[in-house]
Amino acid sequence: MNIVVLVKQVPDSGAERNLRTDDNTVDRGSASNVINEMDEYAIEEALRIQEAHGGEVTILTMGPSGAAESIRKALSMGPDKAVHVVDDALHGSCALATSKVLAAALGTLNADLVLCGAESTDGRVQVLPHMLAERLGVAALTGARKLTIDGSALTIERQTDEGYEVVTAQTPAVVSVWDTINEPRYPSFKGIMAAKKKPVQALSLGDLGVAPSEVGLDGASSAVVEHSKRPPRSGGQKVTDEGEGGVKLVEFLATEKFV
Amino acid sequence: MRVHPAALFGFDDLLTDEEREIRQVVRQLCDRELRPNVARWFEESHIPARELARQFGSIGVLGMHLDGYGCAGLGAVAYGLACLEMEAADSGLRSLVSVQGSLAMYAIRAFGSEDQKQQWLPGMAAGEHIGCFGLTEPDFGSDPAGMRTTAKRDGADWVLDGTKMWITNGSVADIAVVWARTDDGVRGFLVPAGTRGYSTRDIGHKFSLRASVTSELILDGVRLPAEAMLPEARGLSGPLRCLDEARFGIVFGAMGAALDCLETTIAYAGEREVFAKPLSAYQLTQEKLADMALELGKGLLLALHLGRRKEAGTLVSEQVSAGKLNNVREALDIARKCRTILGASGITLEYPVIRHAANLESVLTYEGTSEIHTLVLGRALTGIPAFR
Ligand SMILES: Cc1cc2nc3c(=O)[nH]c(=O)nc-3n(C[C@H](O)[C@H](O)[C@H](O)COP(=O)(O)OP(=O)(O)OC[C@H]3O[C@@H](n4cnc5c(N)ncnc54)[C@H](O)[C@@H]3O)c2cc1C
Ligand SMILES: Cc1cc2nc3c(=O)[nH]c(=O)nc-3n(C[C@H](O)[C@H](O)[C@H](O)COP(=O)(O)OP(=O)(O)OC[C@H]3O[C@@H](n4cnc5c(N)ncnc54)[C@H](O)[C@@H]3O)c2cc1C
Repeated sequence: MNIVVLVKQVPDSGAERNLRTDDNTVDRGSASNVINEMDEYAIEEALRIQEAHGGEVTILTMGPSGAAESIRKALSMGPDKAVHVVDDALHGSCALATSKVLAAALGTLNADLVLCGAESTDGRVQVLPHMLAERLGVAALTGARKLTIDGSALTIERQTDEGYEVVTAQTPAVVSVWDTINEPRYPSFKGIMAAKKKPVQALSLGDLGVAPSEVGLDGASSAVVEHSKRPPRSGGQKVTDEGEGGVKLVEFLATEKFV
Repeated sequence: MRVHPAALFGFDDLLTDEEREIRQVVRQLCDRELRPNVARWFEESHIPARELARQFGSIGVLGMHLDGYGCAGLGAVAYGLACLEMEAADSGLRSLVSVQGSLAMYAIRAFGSEDQKQQWLPGMAAGEHIGCFGLTEPDFGSDPAGMRTTAKRDGADWVLDGTKMWITNGSVADIAVVWARTDDGVRGFLVPAGTRGYSTRDIGHKFSLRASVTSELILDGVRLPAEAMLPEARGLSGPLRCLDEARFGIVFGAMGAALDCLETTIAYAGEREVFAKPLSAYQLTQEKLADMALELGKGLLLALHLGRRKEAGTLVSEQVSAGKLNNVREALDIARKCRTILGASGITLEYPVIRHAANLESVLTYEGTSEIHTLVLGRALTGIPAFR
């Protein structure tokens, strides 16, 4: 099975993150950048499928030149090769434009299965897998907590708030995964050394036949006009127990959807 | 805005990308798998040794600086950095890795027959087999030349008798590298666990290195085939070369323990208010922190310097002694000083500091005591050996 895993480099969600003051896009320059956490689960799933069924695993990343570091890190987990779509005109692209570019890149890769994280920790829009499947004209199996493969038949357990749904499709398809699907491996030292020798193909917009005007800040279908820092946390809410403290706590947890 | 103590010295700029990546993998494993549990392991004086060995093996840390036979063949600095990260979690966990990679595996790699290498090294690199290294005896630690364990010929076989003491990984080991006196001087033997006459007993009531297995090895008429001997090691120089390897890792490792103490303490002093302002705002505290950062930085740079020499093949044993003596001594001093800043909190296992301080007492003693390394330097400086 020929698998392509979408990997995005994002600012570390554990460190301080900012939007740029000049154009309101994510500040990637000053941040400590890492592989989007959910994508590591997609890579792990791809490697497990490869171990069971053979085939090739390719990493596909769209991002600035600095994303090369995350590509190498992804390759050190075990995939065979990578494609890096890198072009200055891509800065500030919206989800629609991103899906167009990734679809064009996938057009050159002949994938049976496209795996990706269900969301990225910077954008958190969760729409990319659907958009991509639509553009490719293939099935979208999204939000998987389990994926099984039988020949060309794919079955996922789609995670929902209440439980899960069983959804099936035939390859080719796009499958997005949550962090409940597996436990990603650590890159091994041998993997780190081998990653340096694995092929990484760079593609520009020109290579993909996408016009610069269709992407980037100018081509974006939506724009962030303004942003401000979240106000500091307020003091919280005190529940005085006058006999029904427990009930109030449960009500609070229920309205906040903790239970 | 705070500067990290290592950044004060521009330490990271001296590393290659690959070295930083390797450090990052070890750090991630320590953060996720070790740090959440290590205080409990220490308190209970019990580690899941098999599971840990497999995890360490999966990233390739076991015998990472050896070539071939399933080992990654990385440089000395990468190995040192892995020891540093491990010891920042706990000296006991680093000990497991050191003994496996630098004592047991190194002995087999350097002195073993082709069959011995093929049989043991790949499984040990993967963490499927655990090794230990038995040199010290109840009556002979600093002076191993006096060892009483013997190996006698009986036909083609060897028969081993004696006791080894203070052996890291002893009772969990699948394979023990045991050094014994023969008619032909000191020789090394591979003793698989389960061999008749071979048994182990754990040493309890330790107050240091509690997250590490320390055992006694009892050899009571242990019969081994001729092929059990390590063919290429003759005399004490064999085990001593292994110790030099492990000691090198400690030069880095000790700085890991110190760094963890210092990071903890800087954070604590920034949050703790005494007499209505942060503890870190007092000159006395700042002097302590500055002094500790200086020793840490010097120790890191020394470790790195020795690592680069090792990679270049110019490192000599006195230099490893200098590094071990200095860095362990200073790490222990840093741990104790950090403890004072934490006040009463510093005596609990809620913070790693007292655990590191207690651990470093062992590190000060094993792999050559600080006194022995002082004498090594004294001999180098004066030309006069003062051991006896
Ligand atoms: C936790 C732990 C794990 C260990 N793991 C291993 C292991 O895996 N394998 C192994 O073989 N050993 C191991 N050891 C043993 C360790 O190497 C010895 O403890 C060490 O070599 C010191 O020996 P000793 O304890 O017998 O002390 P001794 O040799 O009795 O020394 C006692 C004191 O006398 C000092 N001294 C000795 N000679 C002189 C001298 N000439 N002049 C002045 N002072 C001197 C020493 O510095 C020390 O302060 C371990 C020890 C510990 C604590
Ligand atoms: C085992 C144990 C038993 C105890 N038993 C009792 C008991 O029975 N009753 C009781 O009341 N208390 C008891 N204590 C508490 C003990 O007296 C306090 O721990 C001690 O007063 C220090 O306070 P602290 O731990 O809050 O440290 P902190 O006051 O937070 O001090 C932390 C560090 O800051 C330093 N520091 C503080 N002020 C300054 C300054 N102005 N400039 C520079 N440095 C400063 C301190 O010297 C220390 O190094 C006990 C403590 C322990 C560990």
